Amino acid sequence: MVYKSPSQRIFSIVNVTFLSLLSIACILPMVHILAVAFSGKAAANANLVNFWPIDFTVDAFRKTFQNRNFVSSMGISVFRTLLGTLIFLVLLMITSYPLSKEQRVFKGRSLYIWYFVITMLFSGGLIPSYILILKLGLNNTIWALVLPGAVDVFSLILMLNFFRNIPKELEEASHIDGASHFTTLFRVYLPLSLPAIATLALFTMVGHWNSWFDGMIYNTKSENYPLATLLQTIIVQQDFSKITMDPKALADISNRTVKAAQIFIGALPILLVYPFLQKYFVKGVILGAVKE
Amino acid sequence: MNKAAYETKSGWNWKRNWQLHAMMVPAVVAILIFAYVPMLGVIMAFQDFKPWLGIGGSKWVGWDNFHKIFGQEDSLQVVWNTVILSAWKIAAGLVVPFVFALLLNEVRKLAFKRTVQTLVYLPHFLSWVILGGILIDMLSVDGGMVNRFLHNVFGIEPIFFLGNGDWFRFTVVVSHVWKEFGFGTIVFLATLAGINPSLYEAAVVDGANRWKQTLHITIPAMMPITIVIGTLALGGILNAGFDQIFNLYNSMVYEKGDIVDTFVYRTAIVQGNMGFGTAVGLFKSVIGMFLIVISYRMAYVWANYRIF
Repeated sequence: MVYKSPSQRIFSIVNVTFLSLLSIACILPMVHILAVAFSGKAAANANLVNFWPIDFTVDAFRKTFQNRNFVSSMGISVFRTLLGTLIFLVLLMITSYPLSKEQRVFKGRSLYIWYFVITMLFSGGLIPSYILILKLGLNNTIWALVLPGAVDVFSLILMLNFFRNIPKELEEASHIDGASHFTTLFRVYLPLSLPAIATLALFTMVGHWNSWFDGMIYNTKSENYPLATLLQTIIVQQDFSKITMDPKALADISNRTVKAAQIFIGALPILLVYPFLQKYFVKGVILGAVKE
Repeated sequence: MNKAAYETKSGWNWKRNWQLHAMMVPAVVAILIFAYVPMLGVIMAFQDFKPWLGIGGSKWVGWDNFHKIFGQEDSLQVVWNTVILSAWKIAAGLVVPFVFALLLNEVRKLAFKRTVQTLVYLPHFLSWVILGGILIDMLSVDGGMVNRFLHNVFGIEPIFFLGNGDWFRFTVVVSHVWKEFGFGTIVFLATLAGINPSLYEAAVVDGANRWKQTLHITIPAMMPITIVIGTLALGGILNAGFDQIFNLYNSMVYEKGDIVDTFVYRTAIVQGNMGFGTAVGLFKSVIGMFLIVISYRMAYVWANYRIF
């Protein structure tokens, strides 16, 4: 037992109290929204609910799942998340592998690197990208949501730095055994990089699930809205002009408990993957920091 | 092919390397279409662009759109709003995680430390749509939980957090810090874990208490990474957080809360003023590019930081 002076003891108590209060402050808004979602309509509208449901009921969740717009938007979100992450991962793998080679082995590497890095420095901005999607005819399709962000240069740099830390002897050995680059990538590099891949995949999935702006500007029909965009339109903007919805569901949406239930369901997948995320992301954040 | 031949082989070596080039093709094409083509699209900034006429058919207006940016009071106000919001966010976003990491580092109970970390990292992963929905409800003047609390405990009249310009800026900065400070501590905690324990042992032998140790060992050890994060953040000073502003603002706070990105969205996509919107975006991109280059250069000179 380490001896503690009285002043140290006081600091310790104050410190722990302060840290506890701050930590609780980080989840209070979610707790509040959950309490409202499970409360009776009257209590919620009278502003009585704080952090514990009053007149407990699951009515709000039942109404939310009866709303066909909500359920189909959720489907679109799931689909875009899976498709977007798949495309992202495939491109990430096959692109960072060649770039992890030395310039003297893979001539042209620095040219490729500059080609990608320039896009980190300069971008055409929102409007040219928007016009491009319209001209390509991708609006109102899922491709407008998954293709523009399919190559992320920052993830590419993280991944290629990770690949560089894999001993070169492994590649040489597989090469001598007659393996092609494709075989080496998928049979040697891929299995060794699973933690890094998991990190980047989880980040991408969260990004796709949370993404709402592209869904809003590239879709003229509200049937194509992913969940985040639908929530943005009906709860944050409270703009019902773009939404085609049956009148009964429309009446429910202005109901505070139903709103809270929808917000909570929108956040639920993130809360569910969070434990896995936490296991990896600390590694992910410092992933690029260590170089050979 | 033996190892020596493999290593000394120079030139393009197509026989073996065609596969590497083939792997590059999909990403090169994707970047070409979705990053380089929009870069060419910035010529719209010099046109009175109409989507149905296209770049070939729209009327050229030279620098008119840029004259408009500097001639209009509201576009200058928007740039100023962006800079001031960013500056506050960068400063607070640096100080709070720094102090938080120091305090958390003083805690010896591992279970408590982990619990705190789990809770404070969480808001980073929730989107501004979700948080916007929650905040609009909680900060409402008409019975929102925060105003009810302030009234019941301190007897304060309801505050227009999202309806008054100055309170809006305050709310934006505080909610940003609330969302991101936990995540910001990760890098600091990693740095703290990397400090050589023998430094502290030597300090104890010399009679330094915890406070002296923090002042003379911990804080100096955290300086390089703090400088890196700070300078790199300066490169993004024209990004004041589109997602957050867009999900919290309303027409009542445009004067003090509108930023470049939300302004571009409204003038170009909502009002259809595409040429002007592109010009504002281009202005932002060019300034941003210089800032990024300068900030990476500063991070390299001051803290020996390299991205590659």
